[in-house]
Amino acid sequence: MLPTGEVTMIEAVIFYFFAISTVISATAVVTVRNPVHAALFLVLTFFTSAVIWMSLEAEFLAIILVLVYVGAVMVLFIFVVMMLDINVARLREGFVRYLPLGLLVAAIMLGLMLSVVTSDVFVLDAGSEPLPKPADYSNTEALGGVLYTDYVFAFEIAAVILLVAIIAAISLTMRKREKTKYQVPSDQIKVRKADRLRIVKMPSEEKR
Amino acid sequence: MMTLTLSHYLILAAVLFSISIAGIVINRKNIIILLMSIELMLLSVNLNFIAFSHYLDDLAGQVFVFFILTVAAAEAAIGLAILVVLFRNKRSINVEDIKELKW
Repeated sequence: MLPTGEVTMIEAVIFYFFAISTVISATAVVTVRNPVHAALFLVLTFFTSAVIWMSLEAEFLAIILVLVYVGAVMVLFIFVVMMLDINVARLREGFVRYLPLGLLVAAIMLGLMLSVVTSDVFVLDAGSEPLPKPADYSNTEALGGVLYTDYVFAFEIAAVILLVAIIAAISLTMRKREKTKYQVPSDQIKVRKADRLRIVKMPSEEKR
Repeated sequence: MMTLTLSHYLILAAVLFSISIAGIVINRKNIIILLMSIELMLLSVNLNFIAFSHYLDDLAGQVFVFFILTVAAAEAAIGLAILVVLFRNKRSINVEDIKELKW
């Protein structure tokens, strides 16, 4: 068992390392030229954020972030980016022109948020830091305990939203292609000899 | 400095949010990067929720993050489906080419 001071120092080192890599990769997402690279940097951002979430004792959500977000949503992103034939050069025009404006807006937003966050509104009283959970504490179990009782209606609405998303995504992208050849099994079954075979009566020819 | 407080996480989330705001402004031609910036914004909001949930010892924040992840996944799926249909019809995903409703 490490002394408490060393534990907090290790936690701080982990936090700073992954916080800095999160910020760097997030910056890369919005600045790199190639959309595929941007998607991959977004994956890196999600991974480092998952580590930070895990250090905040939200293990279930950290795993969900990697499994669902990186495993499903980002794969979908990369798939779409690679499927579309994008003219990157045309999409990049105006990048330099809007860069000062973007930085200005971001700086103003950041200044406002930092002035709120670092004011004494959000400073918790000393000693009110949460104690580490015991070793047999299960974050998944605790989350499931409230999810299926207190938030059961919201949970079911979330399920309906996912169903709507499935139907919407499929019905938006489905189309009938004119040029593809496909079988119609009912026509194949109903076919009769007369439809396909024609017997032509003709006199026999002599061999030359 | 070495003990982590709630403010550390809130500042990190604020920085992430500002980066994604800047990303929306400077990449205004490219819908894909715009969608990615929105995902980054949701990520920073989720970080706020989880930090508060940890420091206030209340699971409600994590439940919220769960639902935000659900809705964000649905949003990404539908957004990308619209993007594919758009590209199929116009052969371009440039924001400037989408101006039928512009008056």
